[in-house]
Amino acid sequence: MSGSPVLQARDLQRHYEVGGGAFIKPSALRALAGASFNLYPGKTLAVVGESGCGKSTMGRLVTMMEPPTAGTLEIDGLDAVHGKKSSDVARKLRQTVQMVFQDPYGSLNPRQRIGAMLEEPLKINRPTLSAKEREEAGRSMMQRVGLRSEHYDRYPHMFSGGQRQRIAIARALMLNPKIVVLDEPVSALDVSIQAQVLNLLNDLQEEFQLAYLFISHDLSVVKHVADDVMVMYLGHPVESGPCKEVFETPRHPYTRALLSATPVADPRRTRQRIKLTGEIPSPLNPPSGCTFHPRCPLANERCKSEEPKTLSQGGVTVACHAVEEGRHEAETAA
Amino acid sequence: MALLEIKNLTVEFSTAHGPFRAVDNIDLTVDAGELVAIVGESGSGKSVSMLALMGLLPWTAKVTADRMALDGKELTDMPQNQRRRVAGKDMAMIFQEPMTSLNPCFTIGFQMNEIMARHLSLTRHERDKRAVELLSMVGIPSPESRLRAFPHQLSGGMSQRVMIAMMISCNPRLLIADEPTTALDVTIQAQILELLASLQQDTGMALVLITHDMGVVAEVAQRVVVQYAGQQVEAREVIDLFDTPKHPYTQALLAALPERAKTQQLPSIPGVVPGQLDRPDGCLFNPRCQYTVEACKRIPPGIQNGVRCHTPLDAKGNPTDPNGLRQDMKVSS
Repeated sequence: MSGSPVLQARDLQRHYEVGGGAFIKPSALRALAGASFNLYPGKTLAVVGESGCGKSTMGRLVTMMEPPTAGTLEIDGLDAVHGKKSSDVARKLRQTVQMVFQDPYGSLNPRQRIGAMLEEPLKINRPTLSAKEREEAGRSMMQRVGLRSEHYDRYPHMFSGGQRQRIAIARALMLNPKIVVLDEPVSALDVSIQAQVLNLLNDLQEEFQLAYLFISHDLSVVKHVADDVMVMYLGHPVESGPCKEVFETPRHPYTRALLSATPVADPRRTRQRIKLTGEIPSPLNPPSGCTFHPRCPLANERCKSEEPKTLSQGGVTVACHAVEEGRHEAETAA
Repeated sequence: MALLEIKNLTVEFSTAHGPFRAVDNIDLTVDAGELVAIVGESGSGKSVSMLALMGLLPWTAKVTADRMALDGKELTDMPQNQRRRVAGKDMAMIFQEPMTSLNPCFTIGFQMNEIMARHLSLTRHERDKRAVELLSMVGIPSPESRLRAFPHQLSGGMSQRVMIAMMISCNPRLLIADEPTTALDVTIQAQILELLASLQQDTGMALVLITHDMGVVAEVAQRVVVQYAGQQVEAREVIDLFDTPKHPYTQALLAALPERAKTQQLPSIPGVVPGQLDRPDGCLFNPRCQYTVEACKRIPPGIQNGVRCHTPLDAKGNPTDPNGLRQDMKVSS
């Protein structure tokens, strides 16, 4: 891939302590058990997986809302884990990364006018700007995301879901960030509105050369927007690589199951579902060895005891014993 | 005779801004053993129409219908106490949020018993036995011990399975599933859809599936009804609908799906679904439609050949003009 990465994460981990009491040791919940990835300007990395797989935790680490338990995170050439102690660096880092949340009804303050919302980041981070300059910047950003100028003094309740998501996007872009974390940005929207917002995100990415970390569970949306994909299961990235490669020739059995479970809007398609039995185990008590083995159609004794290492294959990294041993090919042929 | 017959169902809510028509003259017939999907965006009246059928709407709603009959029995003029005997027994409904549709204060077993005690003449022992049978039928492991579980001890997928077991306990003729998989993960969604389809085949009940997901529709439905702003705009067989949509809204909705996109820029529908105060005159879709002619802005179209449109699309996706509205009227830009 061309260009140098704007964000580099190596073996990023985040554990939470849950439960515990006066004499009971709290147990560790490994929400993210080691993820490595790069973000490039103008490119989109999509993180997919079911609930509890750690994709939102990843978003929280990248936006520096929470420190990682272990691993390194380098944003725009600065160390985001230790550098945060210096307030100058912290300030610079926070401006570089912005976030758009899933629920546009919950992420906007109902008592704040749209204009004030857009000006607030400037007030804090660009103290040299005059009030007039701030308003100009806010209005031009509003226009950029497809809202009209008269919306500037309105409150969030006067807008529809799609418009609110536009406001949230405008707010995220006020400080010219290099990275935008999009946490399920369209899953609360209707199909016709979803298309509008995806188009807008695409235009903005081209214009400002933004790096997107696109968190989603909807594979058809991911297939459309992503350059690279990372599939997560129970805190572990199981397969990652270029979007086209992962979708066309999925290697990991979980990726295959996920793809075959996704409904396709084509009634003529013959369904060949790989049935996954059971549900996602609790991350508090993950299965031994490969975390996917209780649901995996290819699991054997080795999967139950030994944690798979990541290996590269055709530009894609996979963590699976069956892929390593070539057992997954046999299943495709059968 | 069709199992479910609805003619001209209209639901109006009285609000502070005057009456709001959430469902506008809807017709629906469902045969026994059929799987019909109602699809539409939020605010298209798909849930409200089915809640009206179940008799679950609040008093602010005014429900009128020329005919609303299940298995030949007219429901509109049926006294409330008789109607309650039909709802839950002959027709049952599953809701979107499995976690909130179960009562958190009672065990699964108690709640399953409740509906059977009301509608079936079984002894307590028989009811318990049937509850275990039903739970294993919907794929819940170790059903005997699950009867004593409270809803918070179950995951979303499990709760939805319990809801399904509860709803089929009285062998309904008609099951309405209101977005049964929207709150669930994809792999669980696939399991639940498969379960519903196989139950429907085994028991021969009719299933009405309400959804906003065109993918789900394509996977399971036989017949599709597309709704927009409270009106039915198109009702077709599923393959025909996906191959040659006749209504411009259906066409635009299918084109807006990312998986069908041919370019990076998605063909989106401009504007939003009209609300209570900004309803357009004429065809409700005319401000967002790319084929709008002058007549669309004045005359509300009726349903012809299953499509509510003045300019239904032909097999190639181009607008036609069956009513001669275009010769004397200029196509507006």
